[in-house]
Amino acid sequence: MSDVAIDVQGLTKSFGSKRVVNDFSITVPRGAIYGFLGPNGSGKTTTIRMLCGLLTADAGRGTCLGFDIMAEQSRIKERVGYMTQKFSLYGDLTIRENVRFFARLHGRAPLETVVDEVLETFDLTSRADQQAGQLSGGWKQRLALATATLNKPDLLLLDEPTAGVDPKARRDFWDRIRAMARSGVTTLVSTHYMDEAVQCDFINFIAYGNKLIDAPSAGLAREVGIHTVRIKGEGVSAVYDALEDLPGVEQRARFGSAIHVSGKDEAALLQAAQQTCDDHGVSWEAIDTGLEDAFIY
Amino acid sequence: MAARTFARIRAIAGKEWLQMRRDRTTMMMMVMMPVMQVVLFGYAINTDPRNLPTQVELRDDGPATRAILAGLENSEYFDLRGTVASTAQADSALRQGKALFVVTIPQDFERRLAAGEQPQILLDSDATDPVATSAAAGAFSPIVSQAVRPFKPGKPAPLEVTEAQGDGANPIVHRRYNPAGRTALNIVPGLLGVILTLTMMLMTAIALTRERERGTLESLLASPARPAEVMAGKTIPFIAMGLGQTLIIIASAGLLFNVPMLWDVTALAIAVSLFITVNLLIGFFFSTLAESQLQAMQMTFMAIMPSIMLSGFMFPFAGMPLWAQSIGYCLPTTHFIVTVRAIILKAATLMDVWPQLLALTGLCVVFALASLMRYRNTLD
Repeated sequence: MSDVAIDVQGLTKSFGSKRVVNDFSITVPRGAIYGFLGPNGSGKTTTIRMLCGLLTADAGRGTCLGFDIMAEQSRIKERVGYMTQKFSLYGDLTIRENVRFFARLHGRAPLETVVDEVLETFDLTSRADQQAGQLSGGWKQRLALATATLNKPDLLLLDEPTAGVDPKARRDFWDRIRAMARSGVTTLVSTHYMDEAVQCDFINFIAYGNKLIDAPSAGLAREVGIHTVRIKGEGVSAVYDALEDLPGVEQRARFGSAIHVSGKDEAALLQAAQQTCDDHGVSWEAIDTGLEDAFIY
Repeated sequence: MAARTFARIRAIAGKEWLQMRRDRTTMMMMVMMPVMQVVLFGYAINTDPRNLPTQVELRDDGPATRAILAGLENSEYFDLRGTVASTAQADSALRQGKALFVVTIPQDFERRLAAGEQPQILLDSDATDPVATSAAAGAFSPIVSQAVRPFKPGKPAPLEVTEAQGDGANPIVHRRYNPAGRTALNIVPGLLGVILTLTMMLMTAIALTRERERGTLESLLASPARPAEVMAGKTIPFIAMGLGQTLIIIASAGLLFNVPMLWDVTALAIAVSLFITVNLLIGFFFSTLAESQLQAMQMTFMAIMPSIMLSGFMFPFAGMPLWAQSIGYCLPTTHFIVTVRAIILKAATLMDVWPQLLALTGLCVVFALASLMRYRNTLD
């Protein structure tokens, strides 16, 4: 067993004439939590599907858990847990029946013991006999994670797992992910949420099929080389407008009553901020570029 | 108010029109259905069938015999396809459905005819499908009398004599298997075939498309289940269901129509199981082609129509032109109806129906392979 869970180079996929993923390469070390960021339609789902053998790449090569992604898709499926973006379990089966079905598909035994254990672990016991289609978002999400992990995967691929669930459910969910990561399960998770991205060891940002950033999350902002200024006070809206087109200002974003202004040229950015704020009588300060700033950037 | 109503109706009608045009299968059905119906009803179906397969058992031969056979052939009702050597062979030809009629020329026919006696001449007819054979059977006597007239001793009879009895030969018609000529008896095997075709094909036709529409296909494909495993898993439960359905149909037919119960249960069970399986596999094949449940159902519908029309269920198979028969031979229902008629009404055994069972098995293999070739284990 090598210490690399995913190692792919040059993955490319087109649907019709539209190139959805373009020359995509990543290396994910075993046991890491790898965050996959990017706007809708940026190719995250397609990439994940190519990694777990659900889609065949047009070009590229690589391995997932040591198995060739083009030739050994069925071996990959045995070792990977995949949680789909859209709820894809049987809505007309109960929680227990869904879990039992996937336990059987993966040949888990003794069946009922495994099912009971899994239901207990994922806090599903109290509604085990309710049909999955009637569950709320958080329950569906736990059920989906439970079935995705039924084959005791070495690699978890989670496609926007926390979309549409409440903050508490998201926190609980991430506790589970971290616990599994500690036990050696590699996790690749796609998300729109910055606070989730922070939880990842590595961040990979893709847009329009191209990889933009691939870095340890700690040094992400530095890597990108973005500097940010926060401006607060009465009349920030006027400042926001005034900052437009000033040298050094490459991006403006509103955060509640404050605005964040970012750019790569630190000196020009600070000068623009200084001048505009003095004109409007508001205060400003340089801050560390957060993931969110980088993300919008 | 009226203007707004009109605008809203226009909006909805416009949207329906767009959706209908985008739905290519529906469009194809709208075009294909009338064409198929016209062709089938206009050309393929014939309720007064000619050229029915006939075998001859010759225990005598001579000019009168040849005149009778020529007369039968010329009538176009009977298509003389060969001879059988014994009554046992004649029986099995009828039982297996190779022939609808067997004409028996008895020993000493020529001599007795020449001697002025009235020797019998026998027509055994397969009366399981009265529609197919009754017209031809009715034509038999006049044809025979006409043919033997010149061979009668003494003065030639006046031409206008047409009554069959006492006019040279004595033609006898045996309606085998269904002496009362009840159409209900024939309907039961056909009904079994058509109902099983409809329900079984539909069950598996939506098997994959339903998963695709509900989004559950992604989970299934992400699992290590292999194509053949999915196919087997998705067909096996319905075999049990189909067998249950068969029991209901046969039981109610037995009660309502008083269908004779003299059949080989093993042969019937094998035939029904094979037939159920082939229909499930055809449905599964549609499921691999269709993109939605609606499409799969439309395909099923298109497949069922010829199964009803060209299988010999509604209209006599022997009466169809060759091209329609060729299509009919590709349909499992055709083979199944022949088989079940033979087993239920003619007390046929496995030895009689094995060619049909072989055909059904062949169709199973064809559709299983076709499905596996079409089945994608990915979302590509």
